[in-house]
Amino acid sequence: MNESCYKTFKDLPKEHLLGTGTAMCAGCGGLEALHEIYDILGEKTVFINAAGCMTLLSIYPYTPFRGSWLYTSMASAPAGAQGVRDAMDILLAKGRISEAEEMETVVLTGDGAAYGMGLSATSGAIERNLNFFYLCYDNEGYGNTGQQTSGATPHAARTATHSGMHGYPGFKKDLFAIWAAHDPCYVATVVGAEPLDLARKIEQAKSLSGPRLILALAPCPTGWDFAPQETVQIGKLAVQCGVWPLKEYRDGRVVHTQVPKIRVPVEDYLKRQGRFAHLFEPQRNETLLREIQGRIDAYWARVEQEGLLESEDG
Amino acid sequence: MLTGNGAAAWGARLAGIDYLPAFPITPQTEIIETLARWIDSGELDARFVTLESEHSMITAAGAAAAAGVRVFSATSSQGLLYGMEMLYTVAGWRSPFVLVNVSRGLASPITLEPDHNDILAARNSGFLQLHCTTCQEVVDGVLLAYRIAEDKRVRLPVIVNLDGFYLSFTREPVDLPGTDQVARFLPPFDALNQGFRAGIPFNQAVAVLDGSTYSYFRYQAHLAALNAENVLAESADAFAELCGRRYAALEAYRCDDAEVVFVMMGSFATKAKAAVDRLRASGQPVGLLRPFMLRPFPGTAFRKALADKRGVAVIDQNLAPGLGGALYTELAAHLHGQAADTPVLVSFIGGLGGRDISQEEFCEMVNITRQAADVDQPPPPRLLYTASELRAIKKMQTIAMQQGGEQRR
Repeated sequence: MNESCYKTFKDLPKEHLLGTGTAMCAGCGGLEALHEIYDILGEKTVFINAAGCMTLLSIYPYTPFRGSWLYTSMASAPAGAQGVRDAMDILLAKGRISEAEEMETVVLTGDGAAYGMGLSATSGAIERNLNFFYLCYDNEGYGNTGQQTSGATPHAARTATHSGMHGYPGFKKDLFAIWAAHDPCYVATVVGAEPLDLARKIEQAKSLSGPRLILALAPCPTGWDFAPQETVQIGKLAVQCGVWPLKEYRDGRVVHTQVPKIRVPVEDYLKRQGRFAHLFEPQRNETLLREIQGRIDAYWARVEQEGLLESEDG
Repeated sequence: MLTGNGAAAWGARLAGIDYLPAFPITPQTEIIETLARWIDSGELDARFVTLESEHSMITAAGAAAAAGVRVFSATSSQGLLYGMEMLYTVAGWRSPFVLVNVSRGLASPITLEPDHNDILAARNSGFLQLHCTTCQEVVDGVLLAYRIAEDKRVRLPVIVNLDGFYLSFTREPVDLPGTDQVARFLPPFDALNQGFRAGIPFNQAVAVLDGSTYSYFRYQAHLAALNAENVLAESADAFAELCGRRYAALEAYRCDDAEVVFVMMGSFATKAKAAVDRLRASGQPVGLLRPFMLRPFPGTAFRKALADKRGVAVIDQNLAPGLGGALYTELAAHLHGQAADTPVLVSFIGGLGGRDISQEEFCEMVNITRQAADVDQPPPPRLLYTASELRAIKKMQTIAMQQGGEQRR
């Protein structure tokens, strides 16, 4: 990333491409990330949408996009991208459109589809080496339907379907690792609260050709139960406590792009969200808190051991 | 000589398809293997991609057609049902493309042999449907399907159905139209300026939030589907001029002076034609009505053709448990209250999972229908099954129960 044109915050796009006044909730971390990503991807894009919150971005007869849009279904957005990409390649090869008319194909999906129902179609698209972007806004639950547990829900989080004292008993799936195991040309995690890191990754991905997967943590005021103005802070805390490692995968290896020098305790992140309130009230659940912190510490210990810490510049 | 599957592949080749998203399933595989071979060898200038499921295959097909290329695909049975969500969805996109379904009975029990429960499950999806009886019809049907699908008054996807085994693997003489003939019949795909181009925003399949907007688009799809019957008639004229073969939404075979007519579709209609010939030879005035187009439903054509008949034996190669046959219920619904002299409709279920329908059974169905017409009272639906079949199944049940039965005791 030596030649990144995004060196400081001043280099980030000054104006947003995506229109305002959408139906997303106030403080939506997914929309925050989409704004930042779209600014760098540009308007020569066709978004292929899977059923989720962002399906409500384009409501007849309005759209916030300057480019194009195709809603598919919950499970098959990558296949929609396949059809559009293939058609575009056919039209180019047969001289029926010009290169100037070509567009980037971008899947836009929530975690509900990406971690579950859509995983098979995603895996298929990667194995076929489809030249596309895949953007998942991960709000760690079926947010559009009221935050039921999804394959992305973290351990112990309270959801609409796991509202007991221990929250969700399962564990968040490691989608980054699942994608990386396919050896696509690019995989990255991002969060809207770290726009510089995000911008560099989208810039990097844009320069490549093949499956490029972007997993954006999407702090969700509605589903995670915090005030909309705290979205950025919660996003930053997710990185600082180490629960959301910012990393990328390319050329066969994982690199962590922004490593917290001193990790803040995870409870600083958890206690600001109503979905984890049961870990603190009516009494502290020491066992669960230790377990969650332990898992984060173990992750970073492994990262250090495997030498995945250094950035490209050393 | 071509198999039904070979004929389907030839139909796609002659149509000059651009794109073939595929997923293999018995008994459809020969279609995609044949086309993939032609694409590999450069005989067909198209792109082939194997998706990881029929759900994705239908999505890719609809998306590519929406993006402005001519698309062909094929499936069967469980595959059609696996893609069912997307059949409804891409029909709603008004993506014009052709999907061949090679009919095969649905699980459970799982089988490879044909009946029409798969294709009829898709009858309300928004896809139009053509049902073929011969391999010749498969080639011609695919070409007609493209012309109908792409017509400005229609713009809907079309399923061309052929029965597994009985057509898919049966070789018949097929007269292939020449490429020049096809070029005159089927112009290059016109995307009507729709598609995904830089600088021209195009939002497809966006959400609607109210019933009024939703209803408007659903009504549009319905009216477009209704247009397809006239478009088929026009296209059939043009096709007959070029190739000499004429198609109608509803084929009438020896119906003019018939008192009793069979109603049947698909390859088994060939058996019904043979039965008509035999019964006619023995002096019985019978005929056959065979819907080539099932969607839109050729209701007016049925009504006209049945106006002066005494009885109708509707033979359904499908079964809705707790209701009966689809063709029977649709026809009955359409004829109800239309005329005072509506003929008696008698419902028969036969040919499930490829079970044969014998000539004796056709004879018996005429007798039953005649008796019903005499008393002007239809009997309850009949499930075709013979005493010897029942004996055979009892024997199998005895074998099946031997081991397990002893252990459970």
